[in-house]
Amino acid sequence: MIVVRGLQKAFGETVALAGVDLDVPEGTVLGLLGPNGAGKTTVVRIIATLLVPDAGTAMVAGIDVVADPQRARYAFGLAGQFAAVDGVLTGRENLEMVGQLYGLKRLEARARAAEALERLGLADAADRLVRTYSGGMRRRLDLGASLVGRPKVLLMDEPTTGLDPRTRMELWAFIEDLVRDGTTLLLTTQYLEEADRLANRIAVIDRGTLIAEGTADELKGRIGGDVLEVRVSTAADVARVVELLDGIGTERATADERTQKVRLPVRERVETLLAAARRIDEAGISVDDLGVHRPSLDDVFLSLTGRATESDNEQTPPGPGRRRRKGAA
Amino acid sequence: MSRFLSDTRVIARRSLKTLMRTPQIVIFASIQPMMFVLLFRYVFGGSIRVPGYDSYVDYLIPGIISQTTLFGGSSLAIVVANDLSAGITDRFRSLPMSRPAILAGATIAAIARNAFTVILVTLVGMLVGFRFHTGVPQVLLAFGVALLFGFAFAWCFALIGIIVKNAEGAQLASFLPIFPLVFAASTFASPRTMPDGLRWFAEHQPVTQVVDSIRALTQGVAPATEPTLLAIGWSLVILAVSAFLANRRLRNL
Repeated sequence: MIVVRGLQKAFGETVALAGVDLDVPEGTVLGLLGPNGAGKTTVVRIIATLLVPDAGTAMVAGIDVVADPQRARYAFGLAGQFAAVDGVLTGRENLEMVGQLYGLKRLEARARAAEALERLGLADAADRLVRTYSGGMRRRLDLGASLVGRPKVLLMDEPTTGLDPRTRMELWAFIEDLVRDGTTLLLTTQYLEEADRLANRIAVIDRGTLIAEGTADELKGRIGGDVLEVRVSTAADVARVVELLDGIGTERATADERTQKVRLPVRERVETLLAAARRIDEAGISVDDLGVHRPSLDDVFLSLTGRATESDNEQTPPGPGRRRRKGAA
Repeated sequence: MSRFLSDTRVIARRSLKTLMRTPQIVIFASIQPMMFVLLFRYVFGGSIRVPGYDSYVDYLIPGIISQTTLFGGSSLAIVVANDLSAGITDRFRSLPMSRPAILAGATIAAIARNAFTVILVTLVGMLVGFRFHTGVPQVLLAFGVALLFGFAFAWCFALIGIIVKNAEGAQLASFLPIFPLVFAASTFASPRTMPDGLRWFAEHQPVTQVVDSIRALTQGVAPATEPTLLAIGWSLVILAVSAFLANRRLRNL
């Protein structure tokens, strides 16, 4: 339903996308996962006809979005990172306006708006000005706006960024509901939990390049087992713990200086845990926590990129390959 | 074309609702021009003599009408910049609507706002002594000239909003050019009393043509044809250039 091939985009000197391929079969959900500035939003903006790529193609429902953008716009609905709804209109007025801009007659637009409001649980608030809505209600209305045209494909750019956990779960339930009805969905997120919960397949993007693709289980399987995690008491010991754990796991340990956590992919849970405990104890290093758990997508991301996800990114100093947030975010 | 017209109507309706539901805008659009009328009529008016006019208020109101149509359009820079940063413009651009309608709707709503302000200024002006000294067709043509000029500048301000992209910058970028345009003109005083360089600028810039046209069409003290043709010409050029640039910019944000 969505086919992307060799997508490239640069903003001045900054390369946002360096050749991205994606496939989202009909009725499935692809989670596009990556830290801020990885290029997720750029992918969505190109598919949504808001940006023209420097090279490559994107097809939605068989329509080339660059060659025939106006026809493509009938095929997808877009829900953005910012709740793009008008605060001085009511919820109903917002959706009726969108319906009319799809070329619907006024009565039809009115019916579709009412239907979307009902579906997103906004019927009671429909005639209130949107500026009185909570953040979660605005996002729901934004989602509603993308449904008015009854698109086959939904594009969602970080639909739950900035929402509190309860509101996020609520929105997830609405999204799951849509997907059950056969909508094809491309979703960008920086929350691994979100991709894990909503997506059939996950594509991991970093610095404008896809670095992994598969189901959540496949990606977790890449780590090849469980993860041993040590939280070191003093930051100064983090590097030593990485040294101590060398050779007992399936890969080298990785460290996150900020959280003082060392992670090590392991195959033999108990044996490795005991060995790690022995080595740390013998070295006389104090730790706050030591345990083995099933890998999360965080572990996958860390082992794929050597860096942690989300806001951790902000803490690392800019290196040669780093993208600025502008445009590429 | 029919999609352009129907989408323009939808967007214009949205812009008008926004105007009417934002009290600051309503107040700015009504109180501020009234204050200018009273200020110039009673504070400065007593010491301003204009040759050919018995009463300064007859000279003043055509100037204030032109000024308010410029001020009225300037808020569009802020509105357009806000829509851009809030993602509303992206929402519109992702819909299968006519893209030129996005700004056409907003600028046409600015005409309605200006019509309201022009009528208000005229009525307040009449309360303090302003009179028409010509026939109905000339007066209607004068209003037409004012609204066309306001429409052209609304596109110009929309273009500024698209270029600047944030509300604070847009406010500044739209206000700075307004002052020389409005005051270094025949709006409140005759350019003949100004120093040479300023006088040359004042006599050749569009606001003066518009003010002179409205003055001639409502007072009948000078021939109206030349300033009216110049005013319409300026407006059409400003409109064409601004609309072309703004729409081109909208394709490539």
